[in-house]
Amino acid sequence: MSYAISVNGQVHHVEDDGQTPLLWVLRDTLKLSGTKYGCGAAQCGACTVHVDGKPMRSCTLSLERASSARITTIEAVEGADVRAIQDAWVAHDVPQCGFCQSGQVMSAIALLRTVEKPTDRDIDLAMSGNLCRCATYNRIRAAIHDAASKLGTPT
Amino acid sequence: MSWRASAFGNWRRRLKVGVLSVLGLIVVVGAGGLAYALYPRTMPQTQSIEIKLQPAEVERLRLASDFAAIADLNERSVALFEEAGRVIQHPRCMNCHPQTDRPTQTDAMRAHVPWVTRGLDGGGASTLRCSTCHGDTNFEPSGVPGNPTWMLAPIEMAWQGKTLGDICRQLLDPTRSHMTREELLRHMTEDELVGWAWHPGANRRPVPGAQAEFGALIKAWLETGAACPP
Repeated sequence: MSYAISVNGQVHHVEDDGQTPLLWVLRDTLKLSGTKYGCGAAQCGACTVHVDGKPMRSCTLSLERASSARITTIEAVEGADVRAIQDAWVAHDVPQCGFCQSGQVMSAIALLRTVEKPTDRDIDLAMSGNLCRCATYNRIRAAIHDAASKLGTPT
Repeated sequence: MSWRASAFGNWRRRLKVGVLSVLGLIVVVGAGGLAYALYPRTMPQTQSIEIKLQPAEVERLRLASDFAAIADLNERSVALFEEAGRVIQHPRCMNCHPQTDRPTQTDAMRAHVPWVTRGLDGGGASTLRCSTCHGDTNFEPSGVPGNPTWMLAPIEMAWQGKTLGDICRQLLDPTRSHMTREELLRHMTEDELVGWAWHPGANRRPVPGAQAEFGALIKAWLETGAACPP
């Protein structure tokens, strides 16, 4: 069956089973490989994308459901908060192996869009679904605080 | 030649023969190992695993009419609720009636992974909603269960760690259940999220019987005076 799916501002016509996880449509059909496959069971957060602005796990979202939403992936997410996160990630040298980082960044952006100045607990609540096997959690937390403070600083 | 020179010559010969033997052994073993490693053989092929997730067997629930033989109304009411308790205290129901802010999962009722919290409305924290992972329906490719109203029961309706009698008294207390008896019956009989427990998807074990049978037990329990087990 054919589905029209809006990804990163572009409408794509995808011919696939409606139950195909969005993750595979992104990676295999649309060749957007920035979104990673970690566990395939919504346990790790590596496949996080924004669906109508909300962070969601693309491994457990069907193509059929996704076709009625606006999808944004790591390749095209943008804004002042995105740049702040990017700068903080570089400044704190956050990634180690880097595999989980696109999911971490997508969740961190969504967090800053919901909570302007997140506390440690806010960060724990929002980021607990994103696992990092290199255990870069302390650097992720520091980078989110840093990005939040930079966003709050008038230029 | 003195006896000393003869002994020295023997020692040198013995050393030479000994070292050469060891070296020879190493060469032979090395060559053998190399030949074994390089000998062409068929590489192991990927094999499909035949084991598949089997749908869990549906357990039977005794019907409300099965209790008609109990003459004592109070006794019958307790028996009806105890049978309904097989559903109420099943992990499919208990997992979302935790006594903390964190749900549990699986038949072992272990803490939910990832770490999540109930939030203000039972639907998760504002930055990590239940809907981040749980959709409107069970999603077979990932095994993640779903329902349009996926959420935790209010903390006043915590069932975990309580006896069936305590749960019973809690259900009948509108300040904790937030439901009248009519609403309670409707919740048990018609609520879609309650109904999920009979269709949990993947290889999750459904609760016994059918929702209509469970509803009939609750109805009969209420009609017989809603007596609670001790």
